[in-house]
Amino acid sequence: MGHRLRFTARKLARMVLLLLGVSLTAFLLMNASPLDPLQTNVGQAALGAMSPEQIARLEEYWGVNTPAAERYLRWLGDALRGDFGISLLYRQPVLEVIGQRLSNSLWLMASAWVLSGALGLALGVLAGTRRGRWPDRLVRGYCLVISSTPSFWLALLLLMVFSVWLGILPIGLAVPIGAEHAGVTLLQRLRHAILPALTLSVTGVANIALHTREKTADVMERDYILFARARGETAIVRRHVLRNVALPALTLQFASIGEIAGGSVLVEQVFSYPGLGQAAVSAGLGSDMPLLLGITVVTAAMVFGGNLAADLLYGVIDPRIRRGAAGT
Amino acid sequence: MEPILNVAHLSVTFSRYGRGFSRTKLSAIEDLSLTVDPGQVAAVVGSSGSGKSLLAHAIFHILPPNSRVEGTLLYDGAPLTAHRAAEPRGRELVLIPQGVTYLDPMMKVGPQVCRGRRDPAVRARCREVLKRYGLGPDVEDLYPFQLSGGMARRVLIACAVMERPRLIVADEPTPGLDARTAQRVVGHFRELADRGAGVLLITHDLPLALSVADKIVVMHAGQTVDEISADQLQSGYGPSHPYTRALWRAMPQNGFAPPSGDLEEWLT
Ligand SMILES: Nc1ncnc2c1ncn2[C@@H]1O[C@H](COP(=O)(O)OP(=O)(O)OP(=O)(O)O)[C@@H](O)[C@H]1O
Ligand SMILES: [Mg+2]
Repeated sequence: MGHRLRFTARKLARMVLLLLGVSLTAFLLMNASPLDPLQTNVGQAALGAMSPEQIARLEEYWGVNTPAAERYLRWLGDALRGDFGISLLYRQPVLEVIGQRLSNSLWLMASAWVLSGALGLALGVLAGTRRGRWPDRLVRGYCLVISSTPSFWLALLLLMVFSVWLGILPIGLAVPIGAEHAGVTLLQRLRHAILPALTLSVTGVANIALHTREKTADVMERDYILFARARGETAIVRRHVLRNVALPALTLQFASIGEIAGGSVLVEQVFSYPGLGQAAVSAGLGSDMPLLLGITVVTAAMVFGGNLAADLLYGVIDPRIRRGAAGT
Repeated sequence: MEPILNVAHLSVTFSRYGRGFSRTKLSAIEDLSLTVDPGQVAAVVGSSGSGKSLLAHAIFHILPPNSRVEGTLLYDGAPLTAHRAAEPRGRELVLIPQGVTYLDPMMKVGPQVCRGRRDPAVRARCREVLKRYGLGPDVEDLYPFQLSGGMARRVLIACAVMERPRLIVADEPTPGLDARTAQRVVGHFRELADRGAGVLLITHDLPLALSVADKIVVMHAGQTVDEISADQLQSGYGPSHPYTRALWRAMPQNGFAPPSGDLEEWLT
């Protein structure tokens, strides 16, 4: 047990370093952005009509004249105390904005994560156990086509088919247009999440299925599969293949959190879905430094947490690690 | 008496893709014939790479997909096609594979030996066969990586004798076992044969083979070069093929005489 605690502690220390690096990188990139926050957020025409004092006040609000190092250190100091500042665009505490957005996105990401994981595993095992035959070709063909299709294009395609032509699903947003916040039903929310979640899943499946297929094909050639066949076993896939594919599949599944989070940025944009990804885009384009840094840190922590969970689960599931650790 | 296993003119070739679209054929077994009668222990000896494991795998139809099998395999007098093999495999027809890699690394010993069946009778039988090879009930709860080489070997043997086999194909079951255990294992094969089963014992260990086998089949480079009774070989008069003679001379009681010239590479 001490072994696992130490392992977790080491991982967490690394996570702190990683978050520091990620936030600094995001800060530097944003700092180097050619966009002038006043021009993009206030507009050239409005700026022209303002007095120099008003402009100076705005410049101070957007932190234009503060030296970069000072701005980052001030943010870092506050963040370490748990204060991620106020979003410049939304004029709300950053954590509040992230909380709202995340609760929207979480639906999306979680369903896409589960769907792409389950479907990817099933298709990967199907293809891997029938390598070279038609189910394999079909699955591989699907994966290759999807992998080479940009997700925003796919999103547009689904939008065209289901919302425009068939008219069975809403075009975008998280709730019906003009609906009152309190009156929105769960069903309405779900209907709005279907298309974005579907887009994310469809793209996520390809990666997981291809990797699972590789691993399955590899397992199928192992001696223990031959032996199972020589012993006349019938449930070889369930008894041996799944058991040996489970661990890599698990790692893959948790590693895919990053891809789902990344994919959601584009997809939410296409569907005008008010999630974290969309907020990240507006924060980036609108020079909302506190919000962008907040989102970056939260997303990185999520991805890292996913990997950590995979590592820990691995230790619980893999008998070689579980029993090995118990012995020392 | 009808042999339980009759292998006639068996050949196994591998096709491999070479450069571009060219295909090369690699012949691993060529025109191999042997029989195993009920009640008989037939030992197959031969150097490494002579095709012994391939012969075993051909009988169980578990050769890799890029291989081609020609010739006939008769089990109980009827052709042992892939379809027909499905029925006796793992019940009447059992394989003891060559290495510990044939155990599923993610599955405990108990379920592997029982092939996943959970009824009490099977569990009791599993306990019994493990005990027979000096493995306690605690071994059932271990994963293959926790076994020593010799223990894993005995687990593989236990898998085979769980059932009431009519033909046992044992692919080098004894390396890694101490002399006494090895002797006990082949002694058990002898016992099963005496009760009517046929045993095809593949081994490098000629003295061990001679101690239980009725006949010795000598393989070299994918062919049977000699098939003689154990008694004949024991006496030293029988072996006609130079390779068999070299094998015989290399046995401890015959003075370890090193084979001369190109026979050297035959011995491993
Ligand atoms: N999948 C394969 N593709 C190509 N050649 C193969 C393949 N499997 C085996 N061979 C070849 O067939 C020959 C016989 O192999 P086999 O495993 O039967 O040897 P063996 O007699 O069992 O040797 P050992 O005593 O070392 O176990 C070898 O020369 C090997 O290179
Ligand atoms: Mg072999």
